[in-house]
Amino acid sequence: MAASATGDVTDMTLHPPVQGSQGETRPHTSEADRRFARRVRRFAVQDKIFAWVTFSFAALVLFTMAGLLVSLVFEAWPALREYGVGFLVGTTWSPADDVFGAVISIYGTVVTSAIALLIGVPVSFGIAVFLTEICPLRLRRPLGTAIELLAGVPSIIYGIWGLFIFAPLIQEYVQPWLSATGLPFFSGPPLGVGIFTAGVVLSLMVVPFIASVMRDVFETVPPVLKESAYGIGCTTWEVIRHIVLPYTRVGVIGGIMLGLGRALGETMAVTFVIGNANRIAGSLFAPGNSIASTLANEFAEADPTLHIPSLYALGLILFLITFVVLAAAKWLTDRSALKAGR
Amino acid sequence: MESSIYRRRLITNRVGMILSGIAMAVGLAGLTWILWTLLYNGLSAFGYDFFFNSTPAPGSPGGGMANAIVGSLLMVGASTLVATPVGILAGIYLAEYGATSRFAAATRFVVDIMLSAPSIVIGLFVYAVAVATVGHFSGWAGSIALGLIAVPVVVRTTENMLNLVPGSLREAAFALGAPRWRVNTAVALRAVKGGVVTGVLLSVARMIGETAPLLFTALNNQFFTTDMGQPMANLPVVIYNFAMSPYADWQELAWGGAALIALVVLGINIAARMLFRDPVRS
Repeated sequence: MAASATGDVTDMTLHPPVQGSQGETRPHTSEADRRFARRVRRFAVQDKIFAWVTFSFAALVLFTMAGLLVSLVFEAWPALREYGVGFLVGTTWSPADDVFGAVISIYGTVVTSAIALLIGVPVSFGIAVFLTEICPLRLRRPLGTAIELLAGVPSIIYGIWGLFIFAPLIQEYVQPWLSATGLPFFSGPPLGVGIFTAGVVLSLMVVPFIASVMRDVFETVPPVLKESAYGIGCTTWEVIRHIVLPYTRVGVIGGIMLGLGRALGETMAVTFVIGNANRIAGSLFAPGNSIASTLANEFAEADPTLHIPSLYALGLILFLITFVVLAAAKWLTDRSALKAGR
Repeated sequence: MESSIYRRRLITNRVGMILSGIAMAVGLAGLTWILWTLLYNGLSAFGYDFFFNSTPAPGSPGGGMANAIVGSLLMVGASTLVATPVGILAGIYLAEYGATSRFAAATRFVVDIMLSAPSIVIGLFVYAVAVATVGHFSGWAGSIALGLIAVPVVVRTTENMLNLVPGSLREAAFALGAPRWRVNTAVALRAVKGGVVTGVLLSVARMIGETAPLLFTALNNQFFTTDMGQPMANLPVVIYNFAMSPYADWQELAWGGAALIALVVLGINIAARMLFRDPVRS
């Protein structure tokens, strides 16, 4: 038996009942035939059991997700009943007075994510261009791996680094300089921690995700397209701008959405540097709170009557937003993968 | 005129390329900067006390991370033991049985969402099902939360790896008369063993650093315990609490813990990548 690749294949194979019998049934079944039939039946049963087991585990995964959504709604219900849609537009979040509204946290989440994308997308694009067009072949793999490692760094590491190293630097060098521009959203005292710093730290965190999707879709561009552009005298920049980007637009947007999904739900890094204040200030330098950081800060000590349900309602909002964003990201990247496969 | 357009194009190109190089440099600088500060601030905390003493009370000198390290190991270990078979079996279903079914497509979609879903929401879910119902925080609840994070990683890699197995390999095994379940496990799964192990390793790396879902499931414990029915210290939450504290010695321990986590996570990531280099053994 030539079954070297898979080791013990021999012991599970069937021995044909009679050599060269071509499968026609014979009136007199021998002992070997009966053994064979038993074995086939046993295999059929085993197959059914195995298929059923794998199916039930897949079902477990699916139903856990459904359970997650149901439990969020269920736990948030007291708050939803108390405030209704008003929860979404309530501008006060005060555990002391038992008044809860989501606007402050939603504002923090959206603004930090927007800053993250504003900085992160151009940087990711640059990295993807560098890795696919400029980088010497020999360096592509190690440099790509380094960027991917950045994605593997746990968020608490970004948090502690952001709080002790990055925020003081921002406070001392970046914020005074931005204040000097006189723009209203760069006003106020440079505290170091705040919405702005949280957005900048987030941008560093989303870069590896966006960059690796962009790199992957850039690599799907047929070389003949790029070569014909180079052939009529285009510069590398023009090839990227007029050939690569239009061709991969869908995938690029998908990558950005993936990064957005990550940024919206990021908890620890934001909690460390956002300043944790339940108010909205006009300035980006002011401390604030995102949905995730509010949950991280308050949940363990929250009062179960209305505070915890309100936190669950926040979690539900966060989950629904990220669900939509991530679903869109998946749809877009799948579509672009389909295009590449064609 | 002609040459000025040409020059402008060249300059645009040059600027674009330089900016893209700068972006790459920023990414690499971020990585090295973070690693450097971790090692610089964290390595000094390593010592006998760090690994063999429990977390100190406020104000008392000395102490280490022993309870947190053991707590993290126990919880991650328990989650890995459960999440690995669940993830692999679900992955086998998706790759080998569910190529066309609606149910499999839905599961695949859900797995992809869960891969990037906010981990703090998973903490909320586990609080509802495993903390509020029992009445107290526990290591088991933390384990469940970590498992929910690990399963999608294992499912996704297992399915992707199995899809790389050439059909001819399966057909060869079928032709020898092997039943389908043996083909799936002893032939297809075995052929991509390395890739699946990579997935498991990556899930472990992901779990080690996860903080948000543990904040209100495992909570924290000042004392050494191996009883997973009780609130349990774990590295990420201790790092979070200590880093946010006003005490200098606590902050130093937090740096040490962060350096330890980063070294382990990056080590696992690099090891996983080396395994992955050759996903399908021929």
